[in-house]
Amino acid sequence: MAMTITEKILAVHSGNESVKAGQLINADIDVVMCHDVTTPAAISMLAERGLDRVFDSEKIVVTPDHFQPAKDIKSAELHKRLDDWCKKHKIKHYYPLGKAGVCHALLPEQGHVRPGEVIVGGDSHTCTYGAFGAFSTGVGSTDLAAAIATGQLWFRVPSSIKFELSGKLSPAVYSKDIVLEVIRRIGTDGARYMAMEFAGDGLADLSMEARMTITNMAIEAGGKNGIMAVDEVTRAYLAEHLKDKADFTVYESDADAEYVRCEEIDCAALEPMVAFPHLPSNGKAISEAAGLAMDQSYIGSCTNGRIEDLRIAAEILKGRQVAIRTIVVPATPEIWKQAMDEKLFDVFYDAGCVVSAPTCGACLGGFMGILAAGEKCVSTTNRNFVGRMGSPKSEVYLASPATAAASAVEGKLTDPRKYL
Amino acid sequence: MQIRSTEKFCELQTRQNGRLDMGKSHVYKRDNINTDEIIPARYLNMDAEEELARHCMEDIDTEFVAKVAAGDFIVAGEDFGCGSSREHAVWAIRGAKVAAVIAGSFARIFYRNAINCGFLVVELPGAVQKISNGDELEIDARGGKLKNVTRKEVYEFTPLPDFALEIIEAGGLLKKIAE
Repeated sequence: MAMTITEKILAVHSGNESVKAGQLINADIDVVMCHDVTTPAAISMLAERGLDRVFDSEKIVVTPDHFQPAKDIKSAELHKRLDDWCKKHKIKHYYPLGKAGVCHALLPEQGHVRPGEVIVGGDSHTCTYGAFGAFSTGVGSTDLAAAIATGQLWFRVPSSIKFELSGKLSPAVYSKDIVLEVIRRIGTDGARYMAMEFAGDGLADLSMEARMTITNMAIEAGGKNGIMAVDEVTRAYLAEHLKDKADFTVYESDADAEYVRCEEIDCAALEPMVAFPHLPSNGKAISEAAGLAMDQSYIGSCTNGRIEDLRIAAEILKGRQVAIRTIVVPATPEIWKQAMDEKLFDVFYDAGCVVSAPTCGACLGGFMGILAAGEKCVSTTNRNFVGRMGSPKSEVYLASPATAAASAVEGKLTDPRKYL
Repeated sequence: MQIRSTEKFCELQTRQNGRLDMGKSHVYKRDNINTDEIIPARYLNMDAEEELARHCMEDIDTEFVAKVAAGDFIVAGEDFGCGSSREHAVWAIRGAKVAAVIAGSFARIFYRNAINCGFLVVELPGAVQKISNGDELEIDARGGKLKNVTRKEVYEFTPLPDFALEIIEAGGLLKKIAE
């Protein structure tokens, strides 16, 4: 029977020869991602029910990232619960302060993501890892607890939407603009319960960092997972990053696999995009958006806090001054070190930005750049819901690092093409 | 499974309100009510249900916590609970003693979290047209029937699959696993 990549991975992990969309299965989990917001509750739930155990201490990756370093007493207590549990269960891949990074940047970088695997995490943007040809999805604390204790979870096999990307992006247009266009087109629930499969020549030129920005935001269209086939770019990244276990299985969708919908995206025709408040689907081309005054620019997060993103921002900020508060958040310690070695911090300092430690921080309104009532922020993050980055009366405008940097320079939404 | 008349909720209603005829609707005629509105991230530094309940729906309706009574229902449009995977959204609603959420459709992770927590969610197309603020409801979750007592109407919906109802009736996924 013809199957998609997603179906093939779920079939193998549930001991079936084939599965089809809609089928309920119990799947084995290869990696469980844990962070400081949703995991402490999962640990407590297990303990309360006498299930204080881990299915495999080498398959759980823990990175307290949301409120890192702890922003207040309550978040310090979340970190302490997580820390005690990691030590008690001898969790092999535990990344405490100093090693901790924004989970979806950290796991691929540290070699915890392999093609063909089933990965779950207590975070909705766990769909990021699908860029490596893995089935990867976000779950809540109860699912997380079940996965930690048993190494299995129930799933309904999703149907798939295919996005065929063609053409080359114009200068100053990035993968963030592609995914904002995808979400604009199908809406925040356009892929509800579904797999979003990205394919086509348009992907070939994108780095793994750029691809992760696309799969990262699958959830913003309601997707269960985002997924891409493995190619030479994927293999090169994996060769550099996989550590102890370098083997993996590659699955490809059959030519006659079934899709509920196909969308074609002409990358060459795209402009820089900005998603207006308060939905990621409110995307507008920069030509319709430029000129709106901003109060803050935020460059970071699991969507766009990788080294490539910081380089793009620095290219625009070099030799210029920002007109508004600008916060740069390298997503992991390695990215932070790399940015420092490349002297990007000098560029950010000279331009008048502040650079923070790796954290999810203000992306979710945690800390490190919270907005006051009436303020507007252009942000490289993934959500612009009411109150997302602070006051319920503040506004978030989602854009690429280039657009966020250009807008920082002018203090208003700005087309980055004039600076690149 | 009769939700409004379950012992648990009758007991809660009796205890908190001294009456049994609750089960009122709080209708939000909006799509995409997201997890940031249901429980803002500024409260994610804690995970105790009773603390979260004090801030339930805070960024969409600051009055909600004051007006909700045990056994009441939240009614909304499409894609309820979109956004984050934070189960805190379900805990906040459950902690506010809401009996069930009825929506045109649900975002996937919220829906799954609700089932895993043993909390009832009902997908009813056109829910916000069929139900007005304050309407009293009764839900037959297994039978797939929602009775609008106020309007004297009955709406049919597709019941959750048996395995999901079993998880809800067991009181959640972990209770089922522990068994």
